[in-house]
Amino acid sequence: MSTLEIKNLQVSVNTEEGSKQILRGVDLTINSGETHAIMGPNGSGKSTLAYSIAGHPKYTITGGSVTLDGVDVLAMSVDERAKAGLFLAMQYPVEVPGVSVSNFLRTSVTAIRGEAPKVRTWVGEVKEAMAALSMDPAFAERNVNEGFSGGEKKRHEILQMELLKPKIAILDETDSGLDVDALRVVSEGVNRIKETNNLGIMLITHYTRILRYITPDFVHVFSNGRIVEEGGAELANKLEENGYAEYVTA
Amino acid sequence: MSTLTTNYLTPTGREEAWRFTPLSRLKGLHDAATVVADHISLSSHSVPDGVTISTQPSVETPPNSLTDDLVVQRVRDGASRVTVLAIAANAAPQSPIFLTRESGSSAQLSRTVIRAGVNSHATVVVENVGTGTFAEEIEMILEPGSHLHFVTLQEWDNDAVHLGRHHAIVGRDATFTSVVVTVGGSLVRLLPTVEYAGPGASAELYGLYFAGSGQHLEHRIHVDHNLPDGKSRVNYKGALSGDGAHTVWIGDVFIRAAAERTDTYELNRNLLLSDGARADSVPNLEIETGDIVGAGHASTTGRFDDEQLFYLESRGIPAAEAKRLVIRGFFLEILSKIGIETIEERIMNRIDQELSKVTIA
Repeated sequence: MSTLEIKNLQVSVNTEEGSKQILRGVDLTINSGETHAIMGPNGSGKSTLAYSIAGHPKYTITGGSVTLDGVDVLAMSVDERAKAGLFLAMQYPVEVPGVSVSNFLRTSVTAIRGEAPKVRTWVGEVKEAMAALSMDPAFAERNVNEGFSGGEKKRHEILQMELLKPKIAILDETDSGLDVDALRVVSEGVNRIKETNNLGIMLITHYTRILRYITPDFVHVFSNGRIVEEGGAELANKLEENGYAEYVTA
Repeated sequence: MSTLTTNYLTPTGREEAWRFTPLSRLKGLHDAATVVADHISLSSHSVPDGVTISTQPSVETPPNSLTDDLVVQRVRDGASRVTVLAIAANAAPQSPIFLTRESGSSAQLSRTVIRAGVNSHATVVVENVGTGTFAEEIEMILEPGSHLHFVTLQEWDNDAVHLGRHHAIVGRDATFTSVVVTVGGSLVRLLPTVEYAGPGASAELYGLYFAGSGQHLEHRIHVDHNLPDGKSRVNYKGALSGDGAHTVWIGDVFIRAAAERTDTYELNRNLLLSDGARADSVPNLEIETGDIVGAGHASTTGRFDDEQLFYLESRGIPAAEAKRLVIRGFFLEILSKIGIETIEERIMNRIDQELSKVTIA
């Protein structure tokens, strides 16, 4: 049982006009096995929340705390956060020329598990995980995210999540750029991993579409850098009907 | 060209061709007043069937091309004997032909001619290790339909001085590919140059260099599209790290009026790994005909991509290892062109070694 606890988190970003505050006091607790949907209009700070927790250097924490099972996440380097059990599935996964998927996965898994996986079991493990996401085995020989379609990038993110077995995963707009079939495959992957590993999920999305496949236990409406309303899955239906208009302040 | 130049000048450093080169570090190789030994320095322990290697008097093996490089002219004047490697027509040796350098303590001049016979298919690897001070010219004549894969490895100790011209004359429908790897040497200045002797010929020039603290590594590419239907690709990648690391890449591509339907693209990328390093990159394309298939160039010099590093680190990979992965990936595209696995691994190990010496910014 793990708990990610975000308390009064305040984050700013440096712009040409100086420091600009994006997050204005976010409070959120995610336990193992829970799925929290973070929904909100574009520019409300959802992705900033995701990247701040993962430790992207672009963001400056100006207040508040983030802990995983009581341990200060904000004091950790980016790789330490991953080793502690956090995972960020990115909206725009980055191309890494000349680094094959198989090399990348092996290096990453070695770092997270603290030892190189056994060759014999490793090959099977990757194959199985890829098959579960309907990925061609030849995929492993391609360079990381290079020339991947939108669907391939997202499958690759979920593949990593499967192999790295995080305690808490943040899925940033994982549904964007996916057609219905890819969305179904990716969602089934997320549900399977959650089931097997008792994963806690922060699911960031603009649209309710993915919530038909991944049922949230909690829905949080995000606007202007903070959570402005919370509820159960039914809140998503209301958003589907009415949009975000009532939450957007001028 | 049939006569040797007898009067050469000493570069002053003000010439366009020498303006990047620290002449004081050439150990006099460029200086007409310095005595330089005449030495046959390239040899092979064994050559496959269909290939012969010999040494011949320079007068019987005149240069096959023109050069305006003052040091190359000096090589032509000073080297009394020439190493001649001949690949017979239609020969296709399975294994690469290795030429190794016997470097000595004194400054040396060296001339080599490689002749690839009609429809032959071969790989030649020139290996430079240890230390030395020398100037050389390697001319390669590709007869019609031949394919020559030419790999030069500058794995020098970090005090070697090496000036050289590697000139390919590519015949009708012949294909020339070269991979230049420069990871050692105090000062290395190479001229990988190409001209065409028949239509429909193709040249692919790849290069990889890594300059550490105090190293000057210079590559001056020159592709002269002088005949129709020629093709060329140039792709050089370099990384620099440490105080005084300096690389120079010049990419001159000329498309003459006669070179209709030419297809060319050249690319140079440099990765600056620390402060105090300097990469000069000058692509230059001159086109004298309107009838071309394609002509382009690109040059970038920059630091690590923060987003790449963040992506890798967010998967648990420590920062230093993430940088190593990115650098290895950066070079892999070029390294894989060598096509000889043991050499590719050896070069990657050398790069890892160089990387381990420095703190990457």
